Amino acid sequence: MKKIEAIIKPFKLDEVKKALNDIHIEGMTVTEVKGFGRQKGHTEVYRGAEYTVDFLPKVKIEVVTSEEMAPKVVEAITGAARTGKIGDGKIFVSPVEETVRIRTGEKGKDAL
Amino acid sequence: MFKKIITALILVAYLVIPAMVIAEEVAPAPAAEQAAAAEPALPKIDTGDTAWVLISTALVMLMTPGLALFYGGMVRKKNVLGTIMQSFIIVAIISVQWVLWGYTLAFGPDKGGIIGGLEWLGLNGVGLEPNPDYAATIPHQAFMIFQMMFAVITPALITGAFAERMKFSTFFVFTILWATLVYDPICHWVWAVGGWIRNFGALDFAGGTVVHISSGVSALAAALVIGKRKGYMTEIMAPHNLPMTVLGAALLWFGWFGFNAGSAVASGALATSAFVVTNTATAAAALAWIFAEWLQRGKPTVLGAASGAVAGLVAITPASGFVGPMSSIVIGVGAGVLCYMAASLIKPLLGYDDSLDAFGVHGVGGTWGAIATGLFATTTINSAGANGLFFGNPSLLGKQLIAVAVSWVYAFVVTLILLKVLDWTMGLRASSEDEVTGLDLTQHGESGYSS
Repeated sequence: MKKIEAIIKPFKLDEVKKALNDIHIEGMTVTEVKGFGRQKGHTEVYRGAEYTVDFLPKVKIEVVTSEEMAPKVVEAITGAARTGKIGDGKIFVSPVEETVRIRTGEKGKDAL
Repeated sequence: MFKKIITALILVAYLVIPAMVIAEEVAPAPAAEQAAAAEPALPKIDTGDTAWVLISTALVMLMTPGLALFYGGMVRKKNVLGTIMQSFIIVAIISVQWVLWGYTLAFGPDKGGIIGGLEWLGLNGVGLEPNPDYAATIPHQAFMIFQMMFAVITPALITGAFAERMKFSTFFVFTILWATLVYDPICHWVWAVGGWIRNFGALDFAGGTVVHISSGVSALAAALVIGKRKGYMTEIMAPHNLPMTVLGAALLWFGWFGFNAGSAVASGALATSAFVVTNTATAAAALAWIFAEWLQRGKPTVLGAASGAVAGLVAITPASGFVGPMSSIVIGVGAGVLCYMAASLIKPLLGYDDSLDAFGVHGVGGTWGAIATGLFATTTINSAGANGLFFGNPSLLGKQLIAVAVSWVYAFVVTLILLKVLDWTMGLRASSEDEVTGLDLTQHGESGYSS
């Protein structure tokens, strides 16, 4: 099993969700996060006092899926979240040891 | 321990002084009645004038809670209550101070042009008949309470300079002493019968020197004495709630119609003229401020629009009963540009931390307004006024400059001494740890926003 974590631009969330539904991914966790990469922050000016805001709002999507599905998920997110401009975000893929469905106690792939 | 003693002393003073005054009130009543009987027929109360002055009083009262929101939105989240409290509680503090001794010091029978006597202590003799010296057609108490609201907002304006770091107990004592030692005397000089600035002919319709220069310059002194906020220029100190600030600015604009048009102390042509120029100058100043920053920074800001409006209100105040609509546009544009420069360019250059630009807006705007009165005043608007430089009378400008200089020096020096003494005795600043935690929790034990 693999966990795919994608940090994307907030306004792309709906498109990414739709793209994942289209390849039958039926669950995900979404978190509002802040951070920066190459895009850096922006400046705000209040009566001449200039402040640099380093951390920009982003959305993090987490999806856990099978080994076979993982590349398709990455492809779907990349396709839907890309604008071609700096700040589109990143995707991290990592192995997952175990999954448990709390209600039934099912484990592994069956629990996904 | 020391803190508790000071608090106890304030409470005792507030309880004992009224008791003393009540004792005084009882004694001279028959004498006053006899004097009244000997005088000729009293001037008649005009219902329209009285209604307008009472409504104006309520409008001006609302300005101070409006100021609380204007300032409250500009501070960081952890100081929102502390900042709002400073303005809000001043409504209460000065309302009592004014009745006890403030009104008599400001408007009581003149002593050498410098100060009012104590004859009207506790409003003794300030009754419901008109006092023709100040307003012949309304009850004397209506004039008194209208003036009270000016005395209330003036110290509240200063709180913008020491926002986010002043200890509440010291602030409380400072407010009472400042009102007594700075506001009441300047008010007497400029507005009271026999006041020396009034006597030499300087004009101040609604409080350019009395309210805005006195508070603005004292704010500069306060910013210098108390020092910068911890983390000033290194940490982010962006306003936490600009919608609150805009609401506050809107309430100030609304209330200011009472401030300026009410200062005619009559309901009629002069009040209407003051109303029109007040609104016009405010609009012009809001536009001037946002155009200035649009040109310089590339974006017109909401805080700029709110600040510009207040700057315009400040600048038109002394001129509002003496100038026409076209002059008011020039006064407004001047206020927007000058106050923008003071707050955004000059303050960072000089490095003092006037947190919410009490000096930049009220000191600078008030000074410009007082000078502009000397330029644009015309007797076609108000026959009781005078002509300014542009209407053929250069001498008024000279008088205005003297009034400005005297108010500047007196307010600055007395406030500086007052704050130094309070710093040695009580301490001005909240402790470093309290400042970082925020005034809401450390001074009041509350949070503005839960969770």
